Amino acid sequence: MSENLRVVENATCTFCGCVCDDMILTVDDTQKRIVKAKNACVLGRAWFAEHTIEEAPAALMEGKPATIDAAVAEAARILVEARFPIAYGLSDTTCEAQRQAVAIMDMVRGNIDTTTSVCHGPSGIAFQGVGESTMTLGEVKNRADLVIYWGGNPAESHPRHFGRYAVTAKGMFTPNGKKDRTVVVIDVRRTPSVPAANIFVQLKPGKDFELLWALRVRVKGRPIHADIEEITGVPPATIEDLVQRMKGCRYGVLFFGMGLTMTRGRHFNSGALLALATDLNEFTHFVAKPVRGHGNVTGADNVMSWQTGYPFGVNFSRGYPRFNPGEFTTVDTLARGDADAAMIIASDPASNFPREATAHLRRIPVISLDPKATLTSGLARVAFRTATYGINTGGTVYRMDDVPITMRKAFDSPFPDDESILKAIREKVRELLLARTPHGARSAFELPLTA
Amino acid sequence: MSSTLCIVNGSVHDPANRIAGEPRTLFVRDGRIADAVAEPDRTIDARGMVVMPGGVDIHCHIAGPKVNLARKLQPEDHRRDPHPGTRFTRSGSGGIVPSTFATGYRYATLGYTTAMEAAVTPIGARHTLEELHDTPIIDKGFYVLLGNNIFLQQLLRDGRRSEFRQAVAWWINSTKAYTAKLVNPGGDEPWKGRRNSNVSDLDEKNDVFGISPRQIIDAFVEVANDAGFPHPPHIHCNNLGHSGNFRTTLETMKTAGDRRLHVAHIQFHSYAGEPGKNPGSAAREIADYVNAHPNITCDVGQVMFGKSTIMTADAPLAYMLRGIKKAKWINADTECESGCGILPFSYQEKVYVHALQWAIGLELFLMSADPWRIILSTDHPNGGSFQSYPKLIRLLMDRDFRKQEMQRVNRRAIARTTLPDLDREYSLNEIAIITRAGPARALGLRNKGHLGAGADADITIYDDHPDRERMFSAPRYVIKSGHMIIDNHEFCADFSGRMLHIAPEYDASIVDAVRPFFENYYSIEFDNYAVPDSYLHDHEVIPLRPATG
Amino acid sequence: MTETMLLIAGRTSEQGTSLNKGKLKAEYQQVTSTAEMNEQDMARLGLKEGDRVRLRNDAGETTVTCTPRKAADLPSGMIFMAYGPCSSELMEADTAGSGMPLSKNLAVTVEKVPAGHRNSEGVNP
Repeated sequence: MSENLRVVENATCTFCGCVCDDMILTVDDTQKRIVKAKNACVLGRAWFAEHTIEEAPAALMEGKPATIDAAVAEAARILVEARFPIAYGLSDTTCEAQRQAVAIMDMVRGNIDTTTSVCHGPSGIAFQGVGESTMTLGEVKNRADLVIYWGGNPAESHPRHFGRYAVTAKGMFTPNGKKDRTVVVIDVRRTPSVPAANIFVQLKPGKDFELLWALRVRVKGRPIHADIEEITGVPPATIEDLVQRMKGCRYGVLFFGMGLTMTRGRHFNSGALLALATDLNEFTHFVAKPVRGHGNVTGADNVMSWQTGYPFGVNFSRGYPRFNPGEFTTVDTLARGDADAAMIIASDPASNFPREATAHLRRIPVISLDPKATLTSGLARVAFRTATYGINTGGTVYRMDDVPITMRKAFDSPFPDDESILKAIREKVRELLLARTPHGARSAFELPLTA
Repeated sequence: MSSTLCIVNGSVHDPANRIAGEPRTLFVRDGRIADAVAEPDRTIDARGMVVMPGGVDIHCHIAGPKVNLARKLQPEDHRRDPHPGTRFTRSGSGGIVPSTFATGYRYATLGYTTAMEAAVTPIGARHTLEELHDTPIIDKGFYVLLGNNIFLQQLLRDGRRSEFRQAVAWWINSTKAYTAKLVNPGGDEPWKGRRNSNVSDLDEKNDVFGISPRQIIDAFVEVANDAGFPHPPHIHCNNLGHSGNFRTTLETMKTAGDRRLHVAHIQFHSYAGEPGKNPGSAAREIADYVNAHPNITCDVGQVMFGKSTIMTADAPLAYMLRGIKKAKWINADTECESGCGILPFSYQEKVYVHALQWAIGLELFLMSADPWRIILSTDHPNGGSFQSYPKLIRLLMDRDFRKQEMQRVNRRAIARTTLPDLDREYSLNEIAIITRAGPARALGLRNKGHLGAGADADITIYDDHPDRERMFSAPRYVIKSGHMIIDNHEFCADFSGRMLHIAPEYDASIVDAVRPFFENYYSIEFDNYAVPDSYLHDHEVIPLRPATG
Repeated sequence: MTETMLLIAGRTSEQGTSLNKGKLKAEYQQVTSTAEMNEQDMARLGLKEGDRVRLRNDAGETTVTCTPRKAADLPSGMIFMAYGPCSSELMEADTAGSGMPLSKNLAVTVEKVPAGHRNSEGVNP
């Protein structure tokens, strides 16, 4: 460790959707690394410790070092010449970069989607169907006397969720923290989150919808069949107890994880949960919230929504945005073989997509932007090595509850940030498109569709 | 720099400068109206056309957390109204809650060049500024929700009036807002903390903070008037939508005394009748009070038949409306600051209450003795889209059209109003007042709403078509800050527009008082709360008025 | 001996921390190729901690190392592992019009891989 240390206060950790903004970082400017991250959880400590400056070229083309300008030009050419270019990722970058990415895909009439489609995309679809009673996390800290986690394991995925917001957090009307609230965990296995709960309800796998619906029925005071225990593994008495607690609390919260969205039922599960929270408002104040994963996936939803009207899975091929999950979402555009070029921003589909989707990614030209080498950057024709958001950049991120936070840069990276690269690509794309526009054309509709 | 411009032969309506449909030549240089330009780069022959300042929307919901939730909620609505891009403009989605780009372009397409987002939580200010940056062409600002702010209520409870004043100024500065917005003051705590109940009387004291809505209103009116905010507190009164609420509205206005107050979407607050029963019209009572009190400005919040979206910080109201159809609904609580309710809605001609609301709005316009203080709005998208302004203008200007439309709606409702007896027709000049000069004056925007030398060169040129709906739907030219944006009905450029905000001074020691509250009850760090200047794109700080003591 | 079980992929602390070090590093690959199994199930299948098992379904197959969990923590018939390249091999690409491939509660056959048998699927190329 060198003597050249500096402290950055109120920094933000973007590893998970908690987006804790109370980090106190000790930065070693000589070694260009964060040597201490006070207040960080185990994931946050790894996030800050491991994002050092690696010796690597800022850009690779066909695996060989290239200048950024050349890589930008090639990326723009790929996007402009493709018939069905897709952009994907975006949940681990700033809103400023996300805005540039949407602009590019609007210009090239491409397809844009975010990691939302493979995490809480189904919850987004459910939201469009039934709405949502929800809140910022400070409300939970200040008011919640009943907190239910369903199909999520925050102890491992969002370690500070309990302490900062929802379980032991002390607030205005909950001055004694955990003593002032009841915590319930509902899951198919006894996860490391269960010890934080007063009540653990173990559910049979894939029976979330059935249990949610039974709860809705009982909240409305109607009878349920005796075989509910056989179906869900949860005894009627437990259901009754939950219903009484939910109706009787002053401020109840249902947090839910991908245990609902990634299993049979998908958006029906999320929709049933959102509807349950809504129903409960007839009796008391009740809210729900998906516990979102990546640091700025909520920002990606927001940027997509304000720029296009839709949160993910958007296609511009007709010159205006269209939304269709299952058609314009990335697993589908890849697995079906629709996409003929891909720009992957801060994400690694090659390591976490189904085999057919990954196989297609190997067949088409890929542009990748990532601070680290990944399977995706390894197969990319153009790979940019970028600065890590929130560590080497400022910019805006949205916490899982839509609260926007401005990040503070800890130290400079020799690599450009996503926003700069995307801005440069956007400019280059504009040039290429203008060169192709017939003289005097005023509308994008007069642009030729192919080169 | 923008080019110079000359507009000749147009019939100019510039009520602020007492020009009512007279041929005048206008000059533009450096984004402003000039006295003369020797050799203009371009001369527009506006013969047979009507020239007005760009429209100013004093109350709409176009950007920020709640608007974006409402956008996300309604893919079915975007789908039927796509907004294609052009070589100059971005694509987007239209419908009742358009995407940001579509919002800016569509305002411009009506000849509007300024719009104020009417309700933003302080913690959502960053988000709102990001969206407004992506809302092209128009200048814009927002009102920050402070009427249910817990810290401010605690200061009032404890009688710390001078700290209250400092804290309001700090909050406005920290969020880059234009003024303070009060929504159903005092109603949040019963909603969030008392099983979804509400406050109904101005003098009902909240059992948590021990203060009444009237005390909150009075405190904000005092601060804004003393500090000389260019636009006074912008209030959404208690009891919105409830029968008999006109009494609450009158009491709210009386609380202001002779101090300035803006009452938002006053139509929704002008109902006679008994709570829980069908409403009647109290337009006469409300109009009489407004007419007699020059310190009051209001916007109407006209209901237009068709699709709307209820989006409001008045969460109990949205929940009440949700009870009608049990359709999809959003509630969104913001810690220490606000509540929020959203639901898709539609106003139908044959429904008694909807027809009554429609008629009351028109009554208020037609009973107004001073068009400068009763401003055209639909409380977009609550009463209907801003895109229905041209039709609303025709309803005001064309008596025969109005009578024809009256035939299509619930007769029982119309019979409970005086609308059939109101023969008034608005003149073009009066339209220029309620859509331009009036809102600019109410906002204290001295460079907007008029075409005198030095004014912002925000200019709309319409064909003088006898069908006023058609006329106001499609200006032939729109010039924003001196830039030609719409040229012969076609977009020819994009433009980012400017953020308008105020910066009242405050004593820095107030920060020490806010900080401990923040550290205990907020979930983000105090030092990450205030919005840095980097979130302002091109912007303008609007000066305060001289203190009125 | 082959049995059908339900595979749940999810996040874990080790997956989260190792992913920060780098997805191409050995630690991440080891974390994402380890499966937790009910200890009684393991005994029945003749598996010891560290043994290799092949998981297979219609979408594909992968080979992982197994580690025991108490019956109270992980019910019989259930396998839990961290998301990653291995679990992705077992995901169907058909999203049923939702955009979301199923990655929890996947029915997989479990089969012991004889010791010394070199795994070719466990770590993605």
